[in-house]
Amino acid sequence: MIEFHLDGRSGVAPYMQLIHQVRHALRLDLLRQGDQLPKVKDVAAGLAINPNTVLKAYRELEYEGLVAARPGIGTFVTGTLDGGSLAAHRPLRAELARWLAKARRAGLDDESIEAIFASTFRSAREEDIA
Amino acid sequence: MTEVIETAGLGKRYRDVWALSDCTLSVPAGHVVGLVGPNGAGKTTLLSLASGLLAPSTGTISVLGGPPPTGPAQLARVGFLAQDAPVYAGLSIAEHLKLGARLNPRWDAGLARARISRLDVDPRRKAGKLSGGQRAQVALTLAIAKRPELLILDEPVASLDPLARRQFLQDLMEAASEQELSVVLSSHLIGDMERVCDYLIVLVASRVRAAGPVDDLLATHHLLTGPRQDPPRLPAGVRVISASHTDRQSTLLVHATEPVLNPAWTVSGVGLEDMALAYMRQDAPLSRDHHHLGVCK
Repeated sequence: MIEFHLDGRSGVAPYMQLIHQVRHALRLDLLRQGDQLPKVKDVAAGLAINPNTVLKAYRELEYEGLVAARPGIGTFVTGTLDGGSLAAHRPLRAELARWLAKARRAGLDDESIEAIFASTFRSAREEDIA
Repeated sequence: MTEVIETAGLGKRYRDVWALSDCTLSVPAGHVVGLVGPNGAGKTTLLSLASGLLAPSTGTISVLGGPPPTGPAQLARVGFLAQDAPVYAGLSIAEHLKLGARLNPRWDAGLARARISRLDVDPRRKAGKLSGGQRAQVALTLAIAKRPELLILDEPVASLDPLARRQFLQDLMEAASEQELSVVLSSHLIGDMERVCDYLIVLVASRVRAAGPVDDLLATHHLLTGPRQDPPRLPAGVRVISASHTDRQSTLLVHATEPVLNPAWTVSGVGLEDMALAYMRQDAPLSRDHHHLGVCK
């Protein structure tokens, strides 16, 4: 079972934050097929958020084929997001660690590293779209 | 499903001061509705009209498809929690529950007991000796255990510290997800509303400025920034809620049902709090013909 949290200052709608957290947990293998998501009532009570917000997130996840609701019992994970990519994580991570070390040697601080990653990520994505 | 509150041209006047004017609203069931606005906007007046404590001066209001509660049948369907969670200081918690059981035909004694035992206070304790947070929880217990279809709360968390406020809202959200319950609550703390409400009504200077599902409101309000344009030239259908200008730049908060495509403007989303504040900052141009002294108690 995972536990949700909310960042009130992120500007991301609460239901999107819940969706992101489920997807994130699926990617990191914290959630697997057959696992139950927290009950709507428990999420609403735990985070002091509107139960419809939780329902909306769960419906969206259901639409994406990641979870399925069993009426009266709860919502369960049915899909995966690894797509066989978990195996690929390790070499990618190692490569990134090497790059980070290089950036440090070049004198970049945390903020500069985040900025260079974010801007490269954005421009690569824009090229993909174009 | 029927509307929980429906009003047409509703107004309430105290002598020659209008505390609420020309209020036309239609609030569907199954929502947690936030009623926000500055102090003196008419929130308490609207909620008091909805709970049958006040009679309208003009217009009509219906609650759960009928008149506002006066008779026992309607009263059982509507719970009302007035400002500052009033309890009987001289009665113990247990006596409050006994009173609740006697007065409410649909009283859920098990739910009331379970909620009070979670509070971790002796039920023999007099309500006058409780902390503000505990008193609010006792009052909420009475309102929830009567199993209403509509629960109306007037500024339920305004006087609570942050911890008690969170606890109160957690319990309220738990009740909203367990029962077939519609909730209308007023607050001038919009930050809290953003979490708990999925429907918002902005009331300013006795008039409704904006009302609708939160998702719709967020989807139709945008922040535009661009080179200075005063007055701004905008396509039809785009309504400026607030505008500020520097010598070079204009920043507009607008309501638009269609996307704003003019490349001169950078369009970004708006949070609920900024949106509500923009309505509150408006100089109420609609209502200059009325006197607004903000008397609505």
